Amino acid sequence: MSLTLDILSARAGHPVEPGELIEIDVDLVLANDITGPLAIQEFDRIGRRRVFDPARVVLVNDHFTPNKDILSAEQAAQTRQFARRQGLPHFYDVGEMGVEHALLPEQGFICPGQVIVGADSHTCTFGALGAFATGVGSTDAAVAMATGRLWFRVPSTILVNFEGQTRPWVGGKDLVLYALAHLGVDGALGASLEFQGRTVSALSVEGRLTMCNMAIEFGAKNGIIAADRLTRTYLDDRPGRPEVGPRIGAGGPRIGAAAPRIGATEARIGAGGPAAGPRIAVGGAGRMAAYTFDAARIPPMVATPHLPSNGVPASEVGDVPIDQVVIGSCTNGRLEDLRLAAAVLRGRKVQRGVRCLVIPATPTVFRQAVAEGIVETFLAAGAAVSTPTCGPCLGGHLGVLGPGERCVATTNRNFVGRMGHPSSEVYLAGPAVAAAAAVLGRIADPEEVVT
Amino acid sequence: MTGRVWKYGNNVDTDGIIPARYLNTSEPAALARHCLADLDPSFAAGVRPGDVIVAGANFGCGSSREHAPLAIKACGVCLVVASSFARIFFRNAINIGLPLLEAPEAAAEIQSGDSLEFDDQSGVLTNRTTGRTWTGRPFPVFLREIIEAGGLVELTRRRLAGEEVRRP
Repeated sequence: MSLTLDILSARAGHPVEPGELIEIDVDLVLANDITGPLAIQEFDRIGRRRVFDPARVVLVNDHFTPNKDILSAEQAAQTRQFARRQGLPHFYDVGEMGVEHALLPEQGFICPGQVIVGADSHTCTFGALGAFATGVGSTDAAVAMATGRLWFRVPSTILVNFEGQTRPWVGGKDLVLYALAHLGVDGALGASLEFQGRTVSALSVEGRLTMCNMAIEFGAKNGIIAADRLTRTYLDDRPGRPEVGPRIGAGGPRIGAAAPRIGATEARIGAGGPAAGPRIAVGGAGRMAAYTFDAARIPPMVATPHLPSNGVPASEVGDVPIDQVVIGSCTNGRLEDLRLAAAVLRGRKVQRGVRCLVIPATPTVFRQAVAEGIVETFLAAGAAVSTPTCGPCLGGHLGVLGPGERCVATTNRNFVGRMGHPSSEVYLAGPAVAAAAAVLGRIADPEEVVT
Repeated sequence: MTGRVWKYGNNVDTDGIIPARYLNTSEPAALARHCLADLDPSFAAGVRPGDVIVAGANFGCGSSREHAPLAIKACGVCLVVASSFARIFFRNAINIGLPLLEAPEAAAEIQSGDSLEFDDQSGVLTNRTTGRTWTGRPFPVFLREIIEAGGLVELTRRRLAGEEVRRP
């Protein structure tokens, strides 16, 4: 069995097979201040006056906000005006706004069995709570806003199993960077990546969100983790959850049979199936492959420029001096992440010449970090603490890198030019490694700082 | 369709296709001016209508920004050939009407500057520089419906208006 096939079968009203095209109801549609304006423009062309259900359309102005320039202010205004015009109860603007993929689980929008589309590739984060959640473009989001439905190609499943106890300072980020280094950036192209095993069961929901967040970096359609006792506790801790659970509708017709397998010598128009090529035999129940990793052997990791799959142990990168550290984002901007960074920075100083930016992912995280004294720890260390934003992760604002500058970031992508100038470099890591780098001014294992 | 080839490697990401610093607009002509800015600064100035991008595996990986296929299309590129496509880029390109061809052998053999001809009815891709040809499989019917309607928005508009949708 596969969690994704189960969810899609339940929604389609018949047992679905990998490769099949289906059109099904969605439970939530998400867009932001970059993808939203384009989605709204396309929505207006469709000819429906109202969105299919205002409570199930969530808009978050999180990318270029607080606005970085006049054009981005105009974009944020477009989503604001649309939210007002449509009477959307779940519109998040500066002050209430957090990084969308941290905000929605925290505010109780996400639950097991949902089908969620978001015009942002890291929508796959929500699979950590047992939902099927996938990133789409603005046109898809527009159609989903108008009709509450969207087409999907049913993915096959890749199981990634972690067994064993994690080492000190190792969290979800290190596990996922390790797996990504083995599978590669197209290792799960179009597939569902299902994380499981005793290590994952022992991991906090926050750590699981970090893992599913990076499913897209394997090329996956979604990341997913089975709901368990920790999931239920997490959901119970969210009073006043919005009523956006799974819609049980009339199912949906098959709109295309499972695609035939395609030989490597044959060209094809479009993708014939979810696999990148006939490298891995399709097993039973649409399972493509399974990987097992021993978590006890996974050290604090860092992914070197310019691919997230370039993961190596942080202790083995050599002497790599850095200019900036960013701790935050949809990958690692939750309270647990800030606690980990603070544990390294407490009583220490950010190395002279290094800029250390800490960006709590949501206002609630920020408030809790203040209450726990974590923000004081960061300020005492010489870090800058910012209001929530996606800003620096995508080279938007608040920490754009100059020519040749090098950054350690707890974000998810280190492509050429991702955080600024095309000659700048991004090393991806978890919060402990990032904080250690801030203290030493070079990339290092946290053990080197906290002994 | 006939055009010159711009050839790139594996894992061309959407930050490389259109860096986020230019995403404060979604106006296609503005995006086209910065298309492939960080990957190939000569592209935006040199590309001509009808040209073809050829690349390796996982073309369009990364961000879901639809601005990436929009920028490529607005440059006048008539086709992207790759050994594989990242899935969100693939959806976005279909939805906005940017033709794609997934063809690993063709993607490996074709070189920068080659002249290509593509017949989207027969699915035959011809390298006029070397004489090699490849035949593509047709899209599944539903995807052809999207393409024939002129994109997913137009298909949805017609369906909601109760208009008959031509099944290819």
